[in-house]
Amino acid sequence: MVATASAPIPTPTLSAFTWVEIFIRQLAVQASWNYELLLGTGIGFCLEPALRSLPGGREGEAYRAAMARQSAYFNAHPYLTAVAVGSLARAELERAPAGQIERFRTALCGPLGSVGDRLVWAGWLPFCSLIALAAYGLGAGPVAVLIIFLGLYNVGHIGLRVWGLRVGWKHGMRVAAALANPVLRHGPNYIARAAALLAGIALPLALDRIIEPGRALLGGVLLAAVGGAVLLTQLHGRVEGWRIALGVLAASALYSVVAR
Amino acid sequence: MTPAELLTIALLGAITGLDVVSFPQAMISRPIIAATIAGLVLGEPQGGLLVGAVLELIALETLPVGASRYPEWGSASIVGGALYALHPDHGAGGITTAVLAALATAWVGGWTMYMIRRFNGVIARRWIPTLGLGSGRAVIAIQTAGLAADFARGGLLTLVAMLTFDPLARAMVGLWSIDARMSRAIVVAAAAAVAAGAVWKLFHNTPGARWFFGGGLALGLLIVLAW
Repeated sequence: MVATASAPIPTPTLSAFTWVEIFIRQLAVQASWNYELLLGTGIGFCLEPALRSLPGGREGEAYRAAMARQSAYFNAHPYLTAVAVGSLARAELERAPAGQIERFRTALCGPLGSVGDRLVWAGWLPFCSLIALAAYGLGAGPVAVLIIFLGLYNVGHIGLRVWGLRVGWKHGMRVAAALANPVLRHGPNYIARAAALLAGIALPLALDRIIEPGRALLGGVLLAAVGGAVLLTQLHGRVEGWRIALGVLAASALYSVVAR
Repeated sequence: MTPAELLTIALLGAITGLDVVSFPQAMISRPIIAATIAGLVLGEPQGGLLVGAVLELIALETLPVGASRYPEWGSASIVGGALYALHPDHGAGGITTAVLAALATAWVGGWTMYMIRRFNGVIARRWIPTLGLGSGRAVIAIQTAGLAADFARGGLLTLVAMLTFDPLARAMVGLWSIDARMSRAIVVAAAAAVAAGAVWKLFHNTPGARWFFGGGLALGLLIVLAW
């Protein structure tokens, strides 16, 4: 059924309990991630509590049609799927035309994926890792490092998910304007610069603490590290650093055991 | 390693393995967190933190982006932290064997994540006709199956890794011939090279980032010299 001028749909509302349920489900949006539907069923899973408000409830035709639409292929950054969930919940409860919802849903995939990857995976996560490494290098103990990293990271993580749900719900299918938010547009560059500064501070501090018994060899270590880093940048994309580290450590372990 | 310790470590591996992708992605699976938690639980938090810091430097280059295949650091860091914590005297080769075991587990863990994604695809394909009818129960069943499978994956991976690497690490540490200073230096050099490469990979496209890095490096070295 489609909304008409003669029978306007009132602005939908959801109970606080439903929002909590949606938020908790949001944390498991990738639980069934697969190469066929990607996040598709995750989006249906998150929206399901809201869709129960449609006429006829869980057994109603509107609920079934919406669930079928919302469980199809979808891809985005997991934290920013909150924007999609909020706006799609609003669109479904306002009974927007099915074709329009499907087109809107498809259009959301690209921006929510690329912005999230730059903002979180390539920005906020390394930034918080480097803060934790700097704290470790400055002598912070295990509990302090746990609190600093988990506290800081999750302020951003939870904040982004809550913001996404709110802004999605507020703007519905007009959420594109909200995605032009300066934090999303310029945030990745600011975070990347701050993380680069922090990387310069954190790396020598952390290495100095880790190397403790081998400090006399620090000069050689730095030379080897610079040489290794240059090699890795030259091999950019062809081999991952962790594989080289695995090879180097395996070779040194083998030598140590065999040369005894 | 007692059976109770082994089960506790496997449970931690399951929880952190789940955190990597499925639930809740709060980054308790980051090496510096997971390895420290393993150390805390086994009464050796400083050792867990040390292994975690080394692994965190190596993990900096990994971006857990969507469909890409990457090492699974959560369960692997539990294994690394636990192995180091379980050997109280550590020995000259303690850190190398713990980090090596964690890297090998992360490698295998990445493959198990790929298999779980394929398993989720099989489940989803089986339910697609029901999904097309708009069944909420089908969606919940698919999500629950994915969560359970990933939890079991992390737990089993950690269990097998501990059963494999604990005796192996003990044997290797017993036969270790490189002195402690050189052993630590090799680990630090490998981690530092990967971390420096990761910083370049992450930020070289950002305008001005190399100046920020250079400034930070000067400050960091000053602090180290003054410390």
